[in-house]
Amino acid sequence: MTGSLATRRLILKGVGAVALIGLGQVSFEASFGLMPALAAANDKYPDDAFKQKNAADAIKALYGRDHEASDKVKLDAPEIAENGGVVPIAVTTSLPDVTSISFVVSENPFALAASYHIPDGTVPAVANRLKMAKTCNVIALVESGGKLYSATKEVKVTVGGCGG
Amino acid sequence: MASTIRVRAILNGDITDVQTLIQHPMDTGLVKDAKGEIIPARYIQQLSFEHNGKAVFLADWGTAVSKDPYVKFAFKGAAKGDELKVSWVDNLGATDSLTAKIQ
Repeated sequence: MTGSLATRRLILKGVGAVALIGLGQVSFEASFGLMPALAAANDKYPDDAFKQKNAADAIKALYGRDHEASDKVKLDAPEIAENGGVVPIAVTTSLPDVTSISFVVSENPFALAASYHIPDGTVPAVANRLKMAKTCNVIALVESGGKLYSATKEVKVTVGGCGG
Repeated sequence: MASTIRVRAILNGDITDVQTLIQHPMDTGLVKDAKGEIIPARYIQQLSFEHNGKAVFLADWGTAVSKDPYVKFAFKGAAKGDELKVSWVDNLGATDSLTAKIQ
């Protein structure tokens, strides 16, 4: 009896160790695999776009096309942000068939800040809080019916939000 | 540990307003600590919202999203009491998720 118990304990330990090793080796891709929502949507994280340093390159890497300014994109950002670490920025649009909304902060170390996928049935409006290194333009991009529209606003930053 | 995610999903007519606040350092990898050593990058890369198994919102984030991120959006087609599943994954592979009831 004790013998079988000990064996069982040993097996349990063994399984635990294997699981731990497995977890250690599971890389980034695998942890994505654990999230069926992301896998199902087949929306890969646009790593490349987030690594681009200037706005034009980031937009190109993300969308691969030019954007045109549109008064149907309403960008709501403060004139002056005292704390560049927390700048409330929101965008709404009256454009139809919106598939994604992105935010680019032109003078940040990495220009692309956030990109949102808007599935059918979701209202094309997003509010979030971004960091801004210094006074510069915030560009809101709206992808609608296969075209890319934008609104730009300059936000004055008193204290930069990227530290150091 | 309490969840890092706080969600408020409120039905307003046929539109559900969703406000989310997540506890996360969102380190950029550019900031140095008191000893002059760089604090390694640690930030949420993807945040997803699922209603009845259907993705209603997906965020791809870079380091420029503020610490303890806040995001607000709205979607159609939900009813009171429906479940909304929120989950995030960061660049180091850490994840968290929460299922909230629509009020």
